[in-house]
Amino acid sequence: MNASLDSRTPAPAPQAAPEAALPRQTEALRLRLAELRGPETAPYPLDARALAALAANPGCRRRALLDGAGVDKAALARAIGSPATFGQSQFAFVRGNAFEARVGADAGAELVRLLVETHRDVAAPGPEGVSVPDLTATGQAARAARTRLALTEAFTADRWSLLFHPMVTLDVAGAPAHLEPDVVAVGPDGHCTVVEIKSFPVVDGSADAAKVGAAARQAAVYALALGRLAERIDGPEPSHRGAPRGTDRIRPTALLVCPRDFSNLPTGEPVDIRKQLAVTRRQLARLTRIEEIAASLPEGTTFDLRPAADGTATRPVDELVHAVESVGASYSPECLAACELAIHCRSRSRGSGAVEALGRSVRGELGGLTTVESVLLAAAGTQGDETDPAVSSLRRAAALRAEALAGETPCH
Amino acid sequence: MSLMTTLARMEAVAAGRAQPAATVRHRHLSARPMALVPLTTAGEAGAPLGALVGTDRDAPRLLVVPQPRDRDLRFAFLAGLADAVLPYLEGYADGVETEERKETDPETGKKVPVEVELCADAPQLLVPGAGGVEFVRLLGRSMRFRRTAEQDPQAPYPAPPHVPLLGRWLTHCAERARVPGSSMLLSMTDLLARHWATGQSGLEDQHLGALLAWIDPPVGESGADAALRVELERFPDAASSGEQAGLLRHPPSGPATDPVFDNRLLAPAMARFDAARSAVERRDAERRIRELVASQLEPAWQLLWRGVDLLRKLPEGGHVADRWKRDRWSYTGHRDRVRAGEPPQPKRDDAVTAAQKLASRETAQARLEAQEALDDPLVMAARRLAGEAFAGEVTEVVMARSEGRRPMPRPLVTVRTDDRPHVNDGVRVFRVLGDKVQSAEFVAYEPDGIVLRLTGGMGQGKEPKPGSVPEEGDRLCWTLFEHAPRGGPALPDPEATPWTHGGPPPEGTLVADAPDPPTDEDLL
Ligand code: SF4
Repeated sequence: MNASLDSRTPAPAPQAAPEAALPRQTEALRLRLAELRGPETAPYPLDARALAALAANPGCRRRALLDGAGVDKAALARAIGSPATFGQSQFAFVRGNAFEARVGADAGAELVRLLVETHRDVAAPGPEGVSVPDLTATGQAARAARTRLALTEAFTADRWSLLFHPMVTLDVAGAPAHLEPDVVAVGPDGHCTVVEIKSFPVVDGSADAAKVGAAARQAAVYALALGRLAERIDGPEPSHRGAPRGTDRIRPTALLVCPRDFSNLPTGEPVDIRKQLAVTRRQLARLTRIEEIAASLPEGTTFDLRPAADGTATRPVDELVHAVESVGASYSPECLAACELAIHCRSRSRGSGAVEALGRSVRGELGGLTTVESVLLAAAGTQGDETDPAVSSLRRAAALRAEALAGETPCH
Repeated sequence: MSLMTTLARMEAVAAGRAQPAATVRHRHLSARPMALVPLTTAGEAGAPLGALVGTDRDAPRLLVVPQPRDRDLRFAFLAGLADAVLPYLEGYADGVETEERKETDPETGKKVPVEVELCADAPQLLVPGAGGVEFVRLLGRSMRFRRTAEQDPQAPYPAPPHVPLLGRWLTHCAERARVPGSSMLLSMTDLLARHWATGQSGLEDQHLGALLAWIDPPVGESGADAALRVELERFPDAASSGEQAGLLRHPPSGPATDPVFDNRLLAPAMARFDAARSAVERRDAERRIRELVASQLEPAWQLLWRGVDLLRKLPEGGHVADRWKRDRWSYTGHRDRVRAGEPPQPKRDDAVTAAQKLASRETAQARLEAQEALDDPLVMAARRLAGEAFAGEVTEVVMARSEGRRPMPRPLVTVRTDDRPHVNDGVRVFRVLGDKVQSAEFVAYEPDGIVLRLTGGMGQGKEPKPGSVPEEGDRLCWTLFEHAPRGGPALPDPEATPWTHGGPPPEGTLVADAPDPPTDEDLL
């Protein structure tokens, strides 16, 4: 599940039409992003989880820029003294890997079985078996090229193909992100299914809704990237004999593979990702172009930690904080579980008295009041325009609350 | 979030400590609750790592699984849990009182009064947070289909005695926890967040330590600062911290552990346990793991009981006992099903049961909302703000009567109020009158108030019962919602399930779901 926003020019893919491939980053932007990240620093990989989180908060220019430039946000957060609160336990890591290995064992026989079981319209593999192309290559560009080749073959193979850890690319705010789905299955009918392997259990057919939702959002990111790739492979010709082409090849149902009940045996659950696809597509389109954000930064801004030999940052903290603060953010408590910079952004948000620090939904009922102080002053009647419905509601709320707390009203 | 809650949270921000969100306690709090603080193994949602459990805050029982992948060790944990919890859960089964209930006589089809047993009290489980409630559900599910050697001598991995029974009880508690207002299994963060508004978001309130810091900060520190410290503070990543380096000073209240703890301390300790070659080495390694797990559990145990102390200071709401009685009924019913030898709760509910549960939860939600408002002026204030209730003074009472052969008193009452209820023609409103409810309907807005026509609560006579008609100057609170909402349309009995919903259960299908097939690597 590794992927990255690579700012190096991808090597032209063999037999591919590079012009049509990716919106190439301009040399100027490439240099600019490298400068922001630090010329010595390799771009930090951006995975589908991060992309899904980015799409969930499209209003945040700060995150878009840092992700786009391949800045390691966790390291940046540590360097400015507000480390992220989440980490991964090695137990979870080991367990996740063990389960994934188990699911993929036997050249994916179990996986194909689950696919056939959950999709009524797909045929079980015949004697021709399942093809599992080797996708290993050095470097993201080469891996993406291999994936493209393997997928082109799979589309016309008339048999099942399983692509384990393929590499696909997606244009994110004007920079290509490399993504690595767990598995992409191509059926004999030329349809692709995104397979997500997760280690949380499905007990009696149901699983933690939040985790399923997160998996669906990630699958949607992969499906989006895969659809673009299929479009490039198939070209503009119309389909013949009703065979699927381009984005139509991608099934709007991903296959979620999880341990069943309390065992280590895999079970497959089809997950409808149409909604997530639409949302992700729209949100990614809403992301301000990184070029624009980068251009708006003051001269000399950089997130380069200038790491010493032992990896500790040597750039002064206030310089880094200044750089971070030069890009607008859009903090809400949901950031805490989704973004490494959340502790920093939260303290700024709280410090400025922003109402969103209490929850994204809070804004809605407060009209034009954006700070805690202005809300309280309006509620107390010392500030604000009484004809503003938000202000008058607040005054009534404050009066009713005070009355109830003073024990002056009956409740019956 | 309602505007009232938003305002309370902002007041908390300004004050630097939590503000009341209730003036009474809206949940039952047992005189002798049992606390359960579980920890799970990261990445294996259902695999227990350890727990502190007990009714005595000074003497919790520590249960630890030194290697969660080992089935025997997990079974030992479950056996220990059954030993600690089952006597408590079953301890309320024999203290009963009798209640009269109307039941349909199968022969005559008439409703006849019968005497039934109702347990006089019921157990109450408290866990630190919502994750704890989910874990209880998962534990219950994993245990209730197990077979003991006594039940099935052929069972490949027989469960220790009592484990399946504990599974059924935990399942019952977890199912009950889905009923709004029920108090058999409660999460402390939910309980506290119901009664106090902090200056942070609801998401952040799920951290028990931070939530308590807002509600009850240490002397000389603001709630905001204390919460931040409790949430983030780590031991310095330096030699001076010893093995604690980099760990959270205030470990999370489970069921998930701090990943730094897992990686730096627990993983090496477990590796030592796995590598132990002699009984002595193994015992030492196990002791070490027990110490480590205890170090992560104890803070949560203390926090949970601090929460209990704070909640005890709030007076109990008027309808809390009524809702607790429903919990007692559910407890009695489950006791009877176990005694009757019924199989464990099915893995999935059939269509009718599922619909019945849903309908009864909706009714419970409506009932809870009504009762909380009637018990607590602060909750009523929010309903008034939302236009769902209004309070005011009676300015005029005019006697009037209904038309028809037998005219009944229908007095017109004018109430002056600053509230803005969403009333219009024919809307019914209600108020508490003694231990009854009086109904009225909206007639008109007049310059000096809202005119209502009383429609009930005045008795059957020609003249209203004394005291049943308000007088000028009385202060009243009317609600637009019913005080004792009932359920929707009755649902068919399981035998009458329409075929569109799976049809009636086949004859004699009241058998247990099959136990889960054991695998080499199952987790619970
Ligand atoms: S934490 Fe900060 S940078 Fe990250 S998404 Fe939220 S506001 Fe943007």
